[in-house]
Amino acid sequence: MIGKPFVLLLAIALAAGSSSLLAQSLNSGLRGPTPLNEEGPAPPMTPMRNTSEKEVRNYPEQPPVIPHSVEGYQIDINGNKCLSCHARARTGESNAPMVSITHFMDRDGQFLSTVSPRRFFCTSCHVPQNVVKAPIANDFIDVDTLISRATPGGRR
Amino acid sequence: MSAVDPSTPRPSWLARLWNFIVELWGVLRRPSSVFGLGALVFAGFVAGVIFWGGFNTALEITNTEKFCTGCHEMKDNVFAELKSTAHFSNRSGVRASCPDCHVPHNWTDKIARKMQASKEVWGHLFGTIDTREKFKDHRLELALHEWARLKANDSLECRNCHSSESMDITKQSPRASVAHQRFLFTSEKTCIDCHKGIAHQLPDMKGVPGWQ
Repeated sequence: MIGKPFVLLLAIALAAGSSSLLAQSLNSGLRGPTPLNEEGPAPPMTPMRNTSEKEVRNYPEQPPVIPHSVEGYQIDINGNKCLSCHARARTGESNAPMVSITHFMDRDGQFLSTVSPRRFFCTSCHVPQNVVKAPIANDFIDVDTLISRATPGGRR
Repeated sequence: MSAVDPSTPRPSWLARLWNFIVELWGVLRRPSSVFGLGALVFAGFVAGVIFWGGFNTALEITNTEKFCTGCHEMKDNVFAELKSTAHFSNRSGVRASCPDCHVPHNWTDKIARKMQASKEVWGHLFGTIDTREKFKDHRLELALHEWARLKANDSLECRNCHSSESMDITKQSPRASVAHQRFLFTSEKTCIDCHKGIAHQLPDMKGVPGWQ
């Protein structure tokens, strides 16, 4: 047996709870202060970094990032714009780094004469960089720094 | 007297044409007995203005993007592809239309190109590229024509807007600056050698120099 005042109280509690949920804002660097049930304004689009200066890898296995704009570069069954500079035979004219020999290997471990089809789509791994301030702080430490810290008398 | 005499056979159409030409020539070389010389000269002048003006007006009408995209082959393939490129949409809003790149601006060259284009009218009438698949099959051939034309005239249509004199390499990215100094300013290469596929999608690039 439930009394009338109890139902009323429950209704008030539910309303209060849901409204406070709705009003709740998540202070996230990515989302901004927009409430969760609203769509915030889209961040402005920024140009691609276009300095052509080689960017150091953060870890040895990292696919190097692309330090130049690749807007409108066609990479499909018909052609690969990246390879018109980064292919072995093109690097003499372009002075661009050659595609690594590891990309010539097919899945059976056989080295082909050129980029293997499974490594053909450059931007699957290599990405251009946009000029933005990182929205979230990053405390990544590269391996050299880590080893140096662990060494007695090493850099802290 | 009847015009048709059954006893003599009707002359062949070739003979009749010849007779007509001879008669016409007779009329043309006989001095006018009705119109004054002044009237004839003036009429000739007016007719000349109308003909020449009409000819050039028609030529200009065929030299517009509206005319080019009047055929679905152009509208659905190459024009649709152009729209996402820098030559259609960019920060300053200056854009190139079809004839800016594909028709020489110089009158004589323009007429030569227009005569070549009669082949394209043929292609349109007989549906050479009237589906997306047929267009893709012909894309390499079509692209090769344009590359050859731009290579032969030293990328004239590019240079109608982009002059190497006005090119400020300090405002370019390091990559572009180095490449332009090394290949463009030394005339070692011309625009189209490197800038293929900037306004339309590329065909199968196997065997095209500089591509893999």
